[in-house]
Amino acid sequence: MDAILLQILNGLDKGSAYALIALGLTLIFGTLGVVNFAHGALFMIGAFCAVTLQRLLNLSFETVDETQKDFLGNPLKVKTPYVEAWFGPETGAAIIDWSVPLAILVAIPIMLLVGYVMERGLIKHFYKRPHADQILVTFGLAIVLQEIVKYFFGANPIQTPPPEALSGSIDLGVMVGFDPNAIIYPIWRLIYFAFATLIIGGIFAFLQFTTFGMVVRAGMADRETVGLLGINIDRRFTIMFGIAAAVAGLAGVMYGPLNPPNYHMGMDFLVLSFVVVVVGGMGSLPGAVLAGFLLGILESFASTTWATTTIPGINQIIIYLVAIIVLLTRPRGLMGRKGVMED
Amino acid sequence: MLGLNKKDTSLLLIVAVLTLLAPFILNPFPEGSAMAQFNAGYPDLMQRFVIFGIFAIGFNILFGLTGYLSFGHAAFLGVGSYAAVWMFKLISYNVIPAILLSVVVAGLFSLLIGFISLRRSGIYFSILTLAFAQMSFALAYSVLSNPKFNLTNGETGLQVYADDPQWFHRANAPDLPHLFGVSMRSTYTMDVGGWSFDFNAGYYLCAVIMMVVFYLAIRIFRSPFGMMLRAVKSNQQRMNYTGLNSRPYTLAAFVISGMYAGLAGGLMAAMDPLAGAERMQWTASGEVVLMTILGGTGTLIGPVLGAGFIKYFENIFSKINDNVLHSWFAFLPDGMEDFMVFIIHPFIGKGWHLTLGLLFMLVVIFLPGGLVEGGQKLLNWVRGKRKDKKTSGKTEPAE
Amino acid sequence: MGILEVKGVNKRFGGLQALGDVNLSVKENSVHAIIGPNGAGKSTLLNCLVGKLIPDTGSVMFDGQSVLGRAPFEINQMGISRVFQTPEIFGELTVMENMMIPIFAKRDGAFRMHAYETVQNEKQIVEAAEEMLEEMNMADKRDMNSASLSRGDKRRLEIGMCLSQQPRLLLLDEPTAGMARADTNNTIDLLKQIRDERDITIAIIEHDMHVVFSLADRITVLAQGTPLVEDSPENIRGNPKVREAYLGESA
Repeated sequence: MDAILLQILNGLDKGSAYALIALGLTLIFGTLGVVNFAHGALFMIGAFCAVTLQRLLNLSFETVDETQKDFLGNPLKVKTPYVEAWFGPETGAAIIDWSVPLAILVAIPIMLLVGYVMERGLIKHFYKRPHADQILVTFGLAIVLQEIVKYFFGANPIQTPPPEALSGSIDLGVMVGFDPNAIIYPIWRLIYFAFATLIIGGIFAFLQFTTFGMVVRAGMADRETVGLLGINIDRRFTIMFGIAAAVAGLAGVMYGPLNPPNYHMGMDFLVLSFVVVVVGGMGSLPGAVLAGFLLGILESFASTTWATTTIPGINQIIIYLVAIIVLLTRPRGLMGRKGVMED
Repeated sequence: MLGLNKKDTSLLLIVAVLTLLAPFILNPFPEGSAMAQFNAGYPDLMQRFVIFGIFAIGFNILFGLTGYLSFGHAAFLGVGSYAAVWMFKLISYNVIPAILLSVVVAGLFSLLIGFISLRRSGIYFSILTLAFAQMSFALAYSVLSNPKFNLTNGETGLQVYADDPQWFHRANAPDLPHLFGVSMRSTYTMDVGGWSFDFNAGYYLCAVIMMVVFYLAIRIFRSPFGMMLRAVKSNQQRMNYTGLNSRPYTLAAFVISGMYAGLAGGLMAAMDPLAGAERMQWTASGEVVLMTILGGTGTLIGPVLGAGFIKYFENIFSKINDNVLHSWFAFLPDGMEDFMVFIIHPFIGKGWHLTLGLLFMLVVIFLPGGLVEGGQKLLNWVRGKRKDKKTSGKTEPAE
Repeated sequence: MGILEVKGVNKRFGGLQALGDVNLSVKENSVHAIIGPNGAGKSTLLNCLVGKLIPDTGSVMFDGQSVLGRAPFEINQMGISRVFQTPEIFGELTVMENMMIPIFAKRDGAFRMHAYETVQNEKQIVEAAEEMLEEMNMADKRDMNSASLSRGDKRRLEIGMCLSQQPRLLLLDEPTAGMARADTNNTIDLLKQIRDERDITIAIIEHDMHVVFSLADRITVLAQGTPLVEDSPENIRGNPKVREAYLGESA
């Protein structure tokens, strides 16, 4: 029982990332009718916002400390980060320590801007072009973005540790009455899950309860009719694109401490997120979220030692297998609506 | 000739002449001259030109005619390579059985994947093929490579070992892929003045095969079947209401293009008896898509041009480094020279992928018809200019 | 017994009864029009005939065989050709190619792997297609890209494509919708010519009364998913129920 619970919990972090990316993909597809192959790149850019902030905060200047000598007898050179000099050693160190959560504040405007520029500068010109062209141009963009990141940050993963206070693990099992040490769970995973839930909840509430969201939902259902009402749907869709970009970016920022970011993490997640969207049902927001978590958890079960010794490598193909089975038995996906991408 | 009309015959002849004379054409600069770095007449590069040409010709039969954008064709190429290497391991180093099996296996594999993926069209289809390709990659990379059942040899890649059975290996045959005793690596080098031209057996095998499959592609394009495939792309609704079942047509196109990919994979293994999973990755699928659209989707010659273009520049760009750049811009003042090198640096050497991505975007945005359309536009423009010159002297009577 | 027999067809979409107990019999070699105000269920009925929709209950028999559950291409192979409201042609292909495809479909069936022959060597088909282009007065547009045709020519091409299959039943879905008066009249003349010169049954769904009264032998009036009356054009013209149905719409 506790073992099962542990695997479910282990699947939540990847599941959260899948759900967040798939949610953005579905929003973009549903509103703009565009399949965005560069969406994974947005996730990656988010993660590198955290990397960049971490590097900026660690920028230091050197001073010579005459009171201390190194082993050659010369005065010791001491590196002090600028933030520590400005805010005092303790506050400064805390700021550096909390660079990942702080990056959220930085990433929101950056991602909104990136999304806005992408939509206005490129995607906009492809609404009337065939789907194949949309796929191709966003695919090209994804390569360009990831290569630029590779150029500046190199090919190796970069550590972005969580704040000291949030880096340990807690014993969740004891809280619900299992034996001690049965379910040891890293705090940051819990935070990531909570964060994802919060964002997903926020998006749904936004779509459900605001006029803006209502128009967007109506537009997703039937763009032409809403257009006839004289509502400027395009501007709202541009904003939705920005929001979807921000969601992907934030998912990336917070994902860093779980898995050190590298330049191709976006592509890795993108393919799986597409599968998630297809399994959930093209055009269905709840479907995307549900399928994201389900497949994340499934992957976690397939990664157990028992599973991988029975069928080696099963953890790497399980999601695709499930996708194929779902598509053969329920071609519209778990929660797909009739009429979306039927032909 | 050969059942083709005049235009297609001359196209086929041009391709034949170009491929057969490639060792001359691709080595226009004398050995040791400054321009020799732009030569491309090395056996392995020429082999890549034609092999990727075959891959792209096949991909174009699916994408160019039916409009179904597959993002998983590299999987068939990889499967073809594995099949060929297995034939080397089990039968002998003769390339004929290897190439035949690679085509057959890729055909069967594409039948399976096509059957499932073609239940959907549009983006759905693209995503499905992408998922299948990634799954095949994962299968080849880890699942099918374990001590109990090692089909792909995982990360190391599948290769021929000394203790492999090779049941039909004859003692006097070379210990490398060969065609009835002629090693694929055997190269005759002709030195003429400062020039040096390589005639490689493997290249000529690939070139002959490419001409054959190019001819078959022309036949398909001009056949009623090809017309039906274009009808699928144009209007499936009308097609179905005209009494035609579009699914077997698309599936047939999918399998044919899968077999072309398998053939390319088999030839790759025949040139270098090694098969690795990275050949199946979806970025590799993206590359063949780019070759096709860069050359000109739906045109006969486009994919061949696209494949040559990309493989040529991949080779050149990867070779250029900062030193080469500095020598190019040496005529500029120092500051300017450094600046130019600084600007170009990200795109060369390891930056080739960045160039590729940009090229991808630029072609889709500005030249959806690819090089073929670009060439036609240029030709029309030149002709227009010439006409202007001719007519500008006279005054046309007003009608 | 008509060539097309529709019996007791019902179709619901959620809470909406789109078709309620539709009975219809189309006699061989007649022109049968189905008219009705917007939302009367004309298109739903048509879609049930060609395999796009499957009715909830009832039967649709063509020449003694059920069409229900068959795919559109199978129904076409049975001898029913459909002309769409907005012309559906192969826009990226030439006019000639457009005309050849249905003839191939008629000869070779739903699928044939004729990948090694050359289109131009199929003499019979080339001739048949040229003949049909001649008949449609489009021989001079043979090598044009069909997407660049005028609306009226697209309609002619589509009708020609359907006729080239020598169907037993030709279904027309508002063939003059959105056309200028001149094009409408041309289309009417073309259809009259087809009616008079060929052994063919025509079922036409139409909104435009002018078209209906100049062509039809029988008229069925559909209102709210149910046939109101079925009669000859003369009687329909004077029928108060029909007037009511149409006036009700415009009021």
